[in-house]
Amino acid sequence: MATFLGIGFTSPWLLLGLAALPILWILLRAVPPAPVRRLFPGVALLAGLSDDESQTERTPWWLLLLRMLALAAAIIGFAGPVLNPQERSPGSGPLLIVLDGTWADARDWPRRMERVAVALDEAERAARPVALVLLADLPPGDLPFQAAGAWRSRLPGIIPRPWEPQPSALEEWAASLEAGPFDTLWLSDGLARPGREAVLAALEARGTVTVFESPRPVLALRGAEFAGDGVKVTALRSGAQGEVAYQLRAIGPDPTGTERQLASGLLAFAPGATEATAELALPPEVRNRVSRFEIAGQRSAGAVSLTDDSLKRREVALIAGRSEREGLELLSPLYYLRQALAPTADLIEGDIADIVLASPDAIILADVARLADAEASALLEWVREGGLLVRFAGPRLAASDVARNEEDPLMPVRLRAGGRSVGGTMSWGEPKALRPFAKDSPFFGLPIPEDVRVSAQVMAQPDPQLSRRVIAALADGTPLVTRRFEGAGQVVLFHVTANAEWSSLPLSGLFVQMLERLAVSTRPERPDAAELAGTTWTPVEVLDAFGSMREAGALAGVPGERIVEGAIGPDMPPGLYAGAERRIAVNVIGSGRVLEPAAWPERIAVEGLELVRETALRGWLLVLALALLMADIIASLWLSGRLRGPRAAALPVLLAALLLAPPQPAGAQGGEAEESFALDATANTVLAYVLTGDSRLDAISEAGLRGLSDVLFRRTSVEPADPIGVDLERDELSFFPFLYWPVSPDQPMPSAEAYVKLNRYLRTGGMIMFDTRDADLAGLGADTPNRRKLQQLAAPLDIPPLEPVPADHVLTRAFYLLQDFPGRHASREVWVEAAPPGAELVEGMPFRNLNDNVTPVIIGGNDWAAAWAVDSMGGYMFPVGRGNAGDRQREMAYRFGVNLVMYVLTGNYKSDQVHVPALLERLGQ
Amino acid sequence: MSEAVRLRARAEGLAAPLPPLLAEAEHLASTVLPGVHGRRRAGMGDEFWQYRPAHAGDEARQIDWRRSARSDAHFVREKEWQAAQSVVIWADDALSMNFTSDRNLPAKRERAALLAMALAVLLVRGGERVGLAGGAIAPAGGEVQLVRLARALAAPAGARDFGVPETAGLVAHSRAVFISDFLGEVALVEERLAEAAERGVTGALLQVLDPQEESFPFDGRTIFESMGRTLSHETLKAADLRDRYLQRLAARKARLADLARRTGWQYHCHHSSEPASTALLWAYGALERRA
Repeated sequence: MATFLGIGFTSPWLLLGLAALPILWILLRAVPPAPVRRLFPGVALLAGLSDDESQTERTPWWLLLLRMLALAAAIIGFAGPVLNPQERSPGSGPLLIVLDGTWADARDWPRRMERVAVALDEAERAARPVALVLLADLPPGDLPFQAAGAWRSRLPGIIPRPWEPQPSALEEWAASLEAGPFDTLWLSDGLARPGREAVLAALEARGTVTVFESPRPVLALRGAEFAGDGVKVTALRSGAQGEVAYQLRAIGPDPTGTERQLASGLLAFAPGATEATAELALPPEVRNRVSRFEIAGQRSAGAVSLTDDSLKRREVALIAGRSEREGLELLSPLYYLRQALAPTADLIEGDIADIVLASPDAIILADVARLADAEASALLEWVREGGLLVRFAGPRLAASDVARNEEDPLMPVRLRAGGRSVGGTMSWGEPKALRPFAKDSPFFGLPIPEDVRVSAQVMAQPDPQLSRRVIAALADGTPLVTRRFEGAGQVVLFHVTANAEWSSLPLSGLFVQMLERLAVSTRPERPDAAELAGTTWTPVEVLDAFGSMREAGALAGVPGERIVEGAIGPDMPPGLYAGAERRIAVNVIGSGRVLEPAAWPERIAVEGLELVRETALRGWLLVLALALLMADIIASLWLSGRLRGPRAAALPVLLAALLLAPPQPAGAQGGEAEESFALDATANTVLAYVLTGDSRLDAISEAGLRGLSDVLFRRTSVEPADPIGVDLERDELSFFPFLYWPVSPDQPMPSAEAYVKLNRYLRTGGMIMFDTRDADLAGLGADTPNRRKLQQLAAPLDIPPLEPVPADHVLTRAFYLLQDFPGRHASREVWVEAAPPGAELVEGMPFRNLNDNVTPVIIGGNDWAAAWAVDSMGGYMFPVGRGNAGDRQREMAYRFGVNLVMYVLTGNYKSDQVHVPALLERLGQ
Repeated sequence: MSEAVRLRARAEGLAAPLPPLLAEAEHLASTVLPGVHGRRRAGMGDEFWQYRPAHAGDEARQIDWRRSARSDAHFVREKEWQAAQSVVIWADDALSMNFTSDRNLPAKRERAALLAMALAVLLVRGGERVGLAGGAIAPAGGEVQLVRLARALAAPAGARDFGVPETAGLVAHSRAVFISDFLGEVALVEERLAEAAERGVTGALLQVLDPQEESFPFDGRTIFESMGRTLSHETLKAADLRDRYLQRLAARKARLADLARRTGWQYHCHHSSEPASTALLWAYGALERRA
């Protein structure tokens, strides 16, 4: 490609044609505009008249210039000019395509794949073998050189990984790289990381290296942390560009368990800054539910920050026995507990009945001896459901006969009467120190301060169970803390008071740590290495590179040391890991991580995704040439008088017609159109389908619903009018009992407003039937594009839990008795709202007493519209099955349609048959 | 047999344009009320004039018995004297008359033929005898004459570029109507008109012009050609010629009007864009005026 003034030409030889322009000038100049020949009887009167001024019989210079310009534009246009031409040497020999393949690639992965596809095309044309390597997941052994075509078919299966390559692995790979000369195309994710230089050097030693990199900064989120009352989330970006703000979304389950956005904040990067912080002030209930933070609109694992227990604050209820001593703050049994818990937990106080209703994480009873029966049973139920009851001893407990003779379910051990006092003024001996914690104790590993002394305690009744229940003891072996599991919960007793009367334990830091270990309060930070040593953590949910959560499935557990190390990799994908007592979030971005843009040496050519794009100017130049020629036509006409001649009257009309040709947008009569739409939709029952923008798909939907309408008309009392296509953005949905929504991979996502409308529609009784039209291949494990699209489409919708249509669902008997729901495909999997868990089989009836409303969605992939579709002549548009079986299947498809519409229109009144026995009984009386 | 068929076919081909022209002409003629075209006195004629009391010398068969039975006296029915006048029409059939500037406008020739025919219809209805100049059709009355006239007027155009009035068939002291664009040699027109005037023939000059000929809306480099392409004129800026052309046209009209005045004729200029009825009315009036 020849380059000239930054413009390259694909066929520069054509430019020689420009040399012919001067010759053309002379030629054209000599030829005046051709005269018009007119028949005109009045010529007899003209005889002898001569022109006044002698006009040159030559083309005027400006017309010549116009023509020359047009011609020059055409010549240059055909020479194929390209702005910012990029030298793409076809190259020869093998081509290595290196992808970083990290989470930072995920945000523009499709475009990277396009670039790879282009490279593969070029390589295929040049018959170059290609190897494709993800640095984040290096292939073992030699480079997998294959034909480019073979790679293309595998391209859709290549996905980025949520981690980054290990420097050691990179260096090792670079060192063991095979020798052969090959060129390299490196699609970089734009982040600097150790090991990259080694790889680059190794690749450069093998051939030329071209780098492809997006100029957009990479965004990432660090883990969230507490800041005062709120939560602080820090975002990072690679490279300090100008002032940008991103939306931060806090996502978690709402009270009904549906995942939604709980709060949002603004991450504003100051110009030149690489970090931005958003502080969210969240109420504790909301904050405890947040499961992750993400940067809105960033599809990458780095832009997601999972939260674990460290962000949750426990709700702790404090209850003290009635105090006769007023005003002695420091002697209050709750004073030290408040001091210890207030920074890390949310405290509530009140009476037991109220507190149990609030269902706190832990309840602390400080020297409470007797509980009313109702209180005790409520408390016991709460403990059995997983509550943590912590009791402190005290004079009142010591004086009472609680758990004296038989075991109290709310006491871990039986107590001996009285208790003991050591080292006091009236007793012998020294106050006792603590014995180091046993290995099976939850307090194991906590350092015991020297100055902690216990001078009084309540004593446990010796018991075979006792030693197992002791989790902390004094130096003389008497129990200090005992614990018993009760149901899913536990009951813990500190054998000393919660104030400093009986011991100095509440004054020490150990007290706080012990409460933490008991998970009464929240641990401020993630556990340290010593704590994690020897533990195993199993992944619960893992993140993929695009930042979406998946069930971890059967992934292997990770040792605690590995989690401390923090570097995520194939053996430890980012996600949520569960240990014995708590969960730990392993995020892509560690706490100290800084994003550095990758710096490439000058000698490496870096392509951008969009920074400099080749612009082919051919089209523009040809358009210019054409426009000039048009102007020339008009000018020539004008010169030769045809514009002003007798036919000229038509010209303004023509021009006006050309200028006004674009039709008026239909919005001009918006109100009227809306009204007529509403009338059409409500004058009769109307089946409606969602316009997807794909005209063929819409036509099938329309034909399908028309076919179904005809069948309904013939067989049932439902007599629908012609189906209507609904534009989600524009049209009112509430007119329609039912929307058929075919899913195609390339339909546009509805806007936020449309989703508001859709959710309102679903909540107020509407029904949407999603049809992925792919025979529910997804049910067999394959993830089809339609299914992925359906996930995207349905994500913002307020959809309840679903289940496959149960055998006793009203859909199976709303009009016909049906067993399955075929369309053009005969897959069984059709999903509807799940029945409530309490649904019971009704006696004498083959079905359960089910929920009393219509499912808001039906999801399936049987391509029903195609099975229903009839053309304008009433013929079926698409074949269904073969032979009689096919006819039967189509009939069943229609029957399903009839049942569906009946179900939509009449709700579940067929289900009311469950009441028949009751009604008969009443009638009999 | 086959010859007869051919003859018949040709005859029908010839006759084909007749009914439309005739019908159109009659339609046009119906817009003009003929009025009373008698001599306003009793005489030979077809139309009833008056009843007068019979007197000596009247033949018995002249007595109108129906009228006489209503009274005691005898009455004779007198008819109006109708002297049939010969009118010779010359409709220019030169090529220049074939010109029309717009699809929607009739060619000048069409208009001229229509006017001639309509005039003939009116005159024949009024009892006059109508013929075509040039000796093609001698003046005569009756419906058959109309068919003959229509056939002659619908004949294809002549070969000349510009027409010259024919005086060959003119009867002395008769009336004549010349319909043409009069764009050719005006001297010839003058000569023929003088010839006609010498024979005591009076009549009307009806000039039919196309609107384009009246406005000359041309511009740019143009070669003007006559319809027969015998005359041509090239100009580089047609717009510059407009004023001079219009002056010449006005001069031509003035000369024709002057000519008509001197010979006792009537002159009128009609444009093919105007309704034909105005021209017909004028022509009919022009013939009536000197009757």
